[in-house]
Parts: sequence; C-alpha cells; structure tokens
Amino acid sequence: MADQPKTAEPARARLSPRKKQQISRGIQYVVLIVALVAVVLYADWGSLAQNFAKPEVAGAALPELFTVALRNTIIYAVGGFIFSFVAGLVLALMRLSQVRPYRWIAIVYIEIFRGLPALLIFLLIVFLPLALPGFEVPFGTYGQGILGLGLVGSAYQAEVFRAGLQAVPKGQTEAARSLGMSATRAQVTVVIPQAVRMVIPPTTNQFVALLKDSSLVLFLGVSGEYVELAKFGNDLASEHANATPIMVAGLTYLLVTIPLGYLASRLEGRKGRNR
Amino acid sequence: MTHAIELRDLHKHFGRNEVLKGIDLAVEPGQVVCVIGPSGSGKSTLLRCVNLLEQPTRGKVFVSGVEVTDPDVDIDAIRRHIGMVFQQFNLFPHMTALQNVMIAQQRVLKRGRREAEVVARENLDKVGVGAKCDALPGQLSGGQQQRVAIARALAMNPDLMLFDEPTSALDPELVGDVLTVMRKLAEEGMTMLVVTHEMGFAREVADRVVFMDGGVVVEDGEPAQVIGDPRQERTRAFLHRVLHPEE
Ligand SMILES: Nc1ncnc2c1ncn2[C@@H]1O[C@H](COP(=O)(O)OP(=O)(O)O)[C@@H](O)[C@H]1O
Ligand SMILES: [Mg+2]
Repeated sequence: MADQPKTAEPARARLSPRKKQQISRGIQYVVLIVALVAVVLYADWGSLAQNFAKPEVAGAALPELFTVALRNTIIYAVGGFIFSFVAGLVLALMRLSQVRPYRWIAIVYIEIFRGLPALLIFLLIVFLPLALPGFEVPFGTYGQGILGLGLVGSAYQAEVFRAGLQAVPKGQTEAARSLGMSATRAQVTVVIPQAVRMVIPPTTNQFVALLKDSSLVLFLGVSGEYVELAKFGNDLASEHANATPIMVAGLTYLLVTIPLGYLASRLEGRKGRNR
Repeated sequence: MTHAIELRDLHKHFGRNEVLKGIDLAVEPGQVVCVIGPSGSGKSTLLRCVNLLEQPTRGKVFVSGVEVTDPDVDIDAIRRHIGMVFQQFNLFPHMTALQNVMIAQQRVLKRGRREAEVVARENLDKVGVGAKCDALPGQLSGGQQQRVAIARALAMNPDLMLFDEPTSALDPELVGDVLTVMRKLAEEGMTMLVVTHEMGFAREVADRVVFMDGGVVVEDGEPAQVIGDPRQERTRAFLHRVLHPEE
C-alpha cells in the first residue's frame, strides 16, 4: 500500500498517448502558421496579382475562351474518347481472344502506347506526312489531335475493358451458349453489355485524362480556329506578356474535370451499393 | 427407338485429373433420370458433356440420335433443343425477367418481338413468376430467379432439359417452389436429366436414379431400389451420409 504513490508518480510524469497526440498536433499547426506567415511576408502580392490574375487580361480572353478554346478542347477529347472506346474494346477482345496472334498484337500495342509519353506520340504525328508521302490525316488538326489522343487512350481503355470483360462470370457465357447462341452472339448480347456497365466509372476517369491530354495538341503547331484551352491560354499570355490567360484556361479545365471526377466517384459508389 | 441421350464410353480429363472414367448411360424420351453422388464425383461434368459445355476427352455423346461429339456437327443448332438450368441460375442481370426469356427466342430462333413476348409470358406464368416480368434478376428471390431460368430454357421448346443441382443454391423455404415446377414438367412428359441432392424428389419423380462416384456409374436403377435398397456398399454409405447428416 505504501509503495503505490511511488509507482504512480513516474507513470504520471511520462506522457499519456493523448497528451502526445495533442503536442504533435500543436507542432503541426505551428509549422503551418510559420509557413503561411513567410509566404504572406515574402511574396510580392502586387506583382503576383499583376502577372497571374489581371482582370483586364482575363477579360480579353472572352468570349473566345469558351466559344473557341473550350469548344475545341471538348472536340479533341470527345473525338479521342470515341476512338479509344471503340479501339479499346476491339483491343480488349483481341487481348482475350483464343487466337494467339491477336493476343500478341494487342499486347504489343497496349504496352507500346501505354509505355510511351503521350507527348512523343503527338510529336511523331507531326511527322506522319513525311513518313507516308501523300497521306494526310482527315479533318486537319482535329483529325491529328483525335488520332494522337485515340492512339494513347485506346491502350488504356483496352485494359479497362479487359478488366470488365473478365469480371463477367463464366456462367453468363455458358447460359448464353446453352441457349444456342454462337460465341460471338453471346459476347455481343450478354458479356459486352455487362462489361460496359461495369467500366463506366473508370471510363469516366479515362475521359478526364483525355481532356487534360488534349492540351498536347499544342505541340501539333495549331493555329487559329483549331486552338484548344492550353494553346489559347499560352498564346494570349505571350501576347500580353502576362500569365493570367493560362490561369484562366486552368480554371476552365477544372470547371469540367472536377464535376466529372465527382460523377465518376458517384457512379462507383452506386455500383458498390447495387452489389 | 432412338435414345433421347446416349453416352458411350465417355471420358473427361482436366489435365491429369480424370474426372469421367468411361460412362455408359442412356435416357429414353420422356424419362426423368436423377443423378446423385458425392461432391466432386463428376456429375456436373457429365451433364455439361451432354451439350458440349465441356468437350469430352474420349467417347461419344448422342442426343436424339445425332452425334454431338462429331466435330462437323452444328453445336449451336443442337443446343437450341437442350434446355439447361444451372445451380447459380445464370440469369442475365442487365435484362428484366421478360427480356431474359425473350432474348434467345429473338436472337437464336429469330422469332419476332410479339411472338417472343407471348411465349415468354406464357412460360413465366407457367412457372409462377408471371407477375415479375419487369423485375431485374437482382430484385428477385433465388427461387424466383431459378424459375425464370427454367422459363428461359422452356421458351426455346427444348426436347430435353438438363438440371445441375437447381435447388442447391436456394434457401430451404424456396426449394419447394422450384421442385413443384420440375415435377409439373416431368408430368407433362419432358425428358429430364437432373443432378440433385433432393432424395425425396428423386424417389417420387424419377423413373431412374443413377449413383455416381469417382467418375463412374456405380449403380443405376429404379428409384425405390437405388435409394431404398442400394446394392452397392458405396451407394449405401453415400445415402447414409445424405439422409443422416448429423451422425
Ligand atoms: N473446368 C475445370 N477445370 C479443372 N477441373 C475441373 C473443372 N471442372 C471440374 N473439375 C474437376 O472435376 C471434378 C468433378 O467436378 P464436378 O463434375 O463439378 O463434380 P460434381 O458436380 O459431382 O460435384 C472435380 O475434382 C473438379 O475439381
Ligand atoms: Mg456439381
């Protein structure tokens, strides 16, 4: 009995987990506040505002920001998306084909186009007319941009579809075949529709990725009516020697990408609930 | 008379694993044959060899006198006449009950929409789920799903039906509804090959019961005899385990 205060004393002196956590959190706040104060004190706010958020320059971006730049970004992204969707599905079916050479072709394609930087593909597209004399990508820069996005996007979309196709239980094909459907008929009526439904959320994310990658059209050396958001912002920034148009272009991307991101996670959640 | 189903020296290997070791079996038109046996004895594989969901390694399969195992045969055309019901139902989850029953009629038998719908409704009514036409499979109980699956097979006007443990995935209180439908089919004269653990059903409905173990047919005879008075020790041991599981 007499010993008890002695043993309790050092126990109290040592920090309880709760106390430790409080101190740790306190330190984190201090670091944050110091960093903020440093930024506020040392940043040249006037100059920053002048260069990145100048209202007059932002005003100069309108209305072409939406009527030309955003419209073109959407044309490139949607075009590239349709290309990737169709080619991705074909590639995924080839990847899962019983015919070995089809599998090889699909694997080689997917590995190459996922492994290369998208920028490199765009740079190569510029040289296509040299490599294939007389060949011209239809629809001008639109065609070139959509081709570049489609080549890259289809490699990723193929893997998305492959996962979806493999997630359809084997019993589905067996039920279809037992009703007398051919292998192709079973794929088309039973397996592919289920796979497509399953991959809607990752496919939405793929679309967001394409929307951002459409900025690479910049490297196709486009001009005038073909410019998309990034090129538009960059050109206007050079003209005014001011970064505000790039900021404005960035905000316009977010206007589209953030809601789509939320949509994708909503769809993901709904799928989870339906299980 | 041609047999509805005839298996001759049927062998099936999965790699090194010999699952069917020479099966000879015939089912006559209008007969109901129940296949019983322990898990892993090759019952499902046997059933799946009849409509070539599994390709036999050796031996021959005839359905209504046509050799199914002939490589030149149009297997899709033959499968149209063989209904199959699976343990896991395998309804198409993206289609309503009605669409499930219509789709193969339209795509395989090339029936028009109208006709396919009439036939589908008839068959859904027949199995007692006529009120669930517009429900998706996910909204139905297991017993209802399995009855839709039976309707889906029946809508193709099959000459015979294969059932692979149709009630094994069901909650006990739902088993009866499915067995009632199967009993009705048997009474109408449908040729049926049924893998099942429902000994009561086998005893009352089957014309013959086949006991399989280790990839061979161990015993084949009248239900009362095979279930009530088995000749083989293996059959007796299996039935004892099934009928007195708690011992
Ligand atoms: N697709 C398959 N690949 C490899 N082995 C299989 C396959 N299907 C069944 N088997 C094997 O064959 C044996 C018999 O299976 P099955 O016919 O399903 O038996 P049962 O229906 O009597 O339970 C089991 O050992 C199983 O593991
Ligand atoms: Mg089985």
